[in-house]
Amino acid sequence: MRIPCPLCGPRDRREFYYYGAEDYLRRPAPDAPPQAWDDYLHLRDNPAGVTRDLWYHETGCTAWLLVTRNTVTHEILEVALVAGRSVPKPARGRRAAP
Amino acid sequence: MRYSGLKVITEGLFGNTGWRPAWRDPAPKPEYDVIIIGGGGHGLSTAYYLAKNHGLTNIAVLEKGWIGSGNIGRNTTIVRANYFLPGNSEFYSHSLKLWEGLEADLNYNVMHSQRGLINLFHSDGQRDAFARRGNAMINQGDDAILLDREGVREHLPYLDFEQTRFPIYGGLLHPRGGSARHDAVAWGYARGADRRGVDLIQNCEVTGIDIEDGAVRGVQTTRGAIRARKVGIIVAGRSGQVAAMAGMRLPVESHILQAFVTEGLKPVINHVVSFGMGHFYISQSDKGGLVFGGDLDFYASYASRGNLPMVEHVMEAGMTLMPMIGRAKVLRSWGGIMDMTPDGSPIIDRTHIDGLFIDCGWNYGGFKAVPASGWCMAHLMATGQPHEVARRFRLDRFATGHLLDEEGTGSQHNLH
Repeated sequence: MRIPCPLCGPRDRREFYYYGAEDYLRRPAPDAPPQAWDDYLHLRDNPAGVTRDLWYHETGCTAWLLVTRNTVTHEILEVALVAGRSVPKPARGRRAAP
Repeated sequence: MRYSGLKVITEGLFGNTGWRPAWRDPAPKPEYDVIIIGGGGHGLSTAYYLAKNHGLTNIAVLEKGWIGSGNIGRNTTIVRANYFLPGNSEFYSHSLKLWEGLEADLNYNVMHSQRGLINLFHSDGQRDAFARRGNAMINQGDDAILLDREGVREHLPYLDFEQTRFPIYGGLLHPRGGSARHDAVAWGYARGADRRGVDLIQNCEVTGIDIEDGAVRGVQTTRGAIRARKVGIIVAGRSGQVAAMAGMRLPVESHILQAFVTEGLKPVINHVVSFGMGHFYISQSDKGGLVFGGDLDFYASYASRGNLPMVEHVMEAGMTLMPMIGRAKVLRSWGGIMDMTPDGSPIIDRTHIDGLFIDCGWNYGGFKAVPASGWCMAHLMATGQPHEVARRFRLDRFATGHLLDEEGTGSQHNLH
């Protein structure tokens, strides 16, 4: 598997560290309820097919990448830099009653 | 038909014309008391123990392929009870005891072989950790022997003890550990369940789960709708897709794990040997093939095949540990789809939907758990209460913080 890094071009999979699903880009607000943190940290769609996940170009340019790929065929469909993307605002949690 | 040595001899004398299929091929009925989604090792053992321990026999096991076509027919067949944490320790201990009585119970030769498992260590700190683990195993009622380097050499004289990267200091021997024939485990449970009246329905893929007023009412399948008030999801790497049919997201990410088999060789490796520092483990099947593997490829995948960097890594680790295998030819390799949880431990629990239960998250260690997983899932589905030895395998433990992180590496999907 080769991943086309937007900065370095197609590089061997060994240069990259897999972090996890793109859920990690949607960090809840500090006061979000525990369920939001469970969603963010643990619960996953885990699709068989097209997915988007985060990879770190560890032994290359050290950029964080958002990779769109197919988990059934290992085909890489799109690779974008995480930096500069407009990251969705975190879901604001309701505060618990005092 | 009861299998026995006498039966084999008699059939041999009369042209083997008396053998019958080991299980029926029934069409699905419109309604059952219990539906098990998934005809793998865990699903079959759940159906078997529901019938045997709890007297439920109006059960359907729905399998989208054929019995034994998933991970139960493709794994490295290791059976052990060398866990440390409360919650895991008693569960795997229970499973090993079931293994020891399995062949008599099923009247089926699963070729369970307690040839001994040796986990190697390579530093003083690792020796201390293994001594502690061994004590935990003994306290649990199982067996463990701490071997020094010469002790390991007596068992495994062919290792490269002086390798520069990870010189071998010793090993933890688990004499009751070993291996079994994976297909036979599926077939034995399938036959046992079928004989107790369970319908094993193959080529029947579940396409939807019917839920009314927060309670399960049945499933939609490629062979029509089937009603049931209790449904168990036991589908390993496919857990995410089936749970999604019930509107659930699971703490599971499916990853690829590769394994390899060589051509058949004369007996040379008499134990299961685990080289944790190099990410390598190996045993020899009764057919003679060396069966070995390493770590995950470490990215989410359903491809059923891995990438070459991990192949290279496993081969290097094998050559580091035992250079004698270098001339063996690899016959085949495969990639299994592993349902990885953030803490590396499984889930046997009810869901928020009444009557819907789930047994998943077996990571890369599901084979040895087949008997106890079925035993405990059957107990949960029949009585509504978790079994004593599986009570910590909660679906919500990541939200509540009651983790079972056996490796101590953290609760994150890419760490186990």
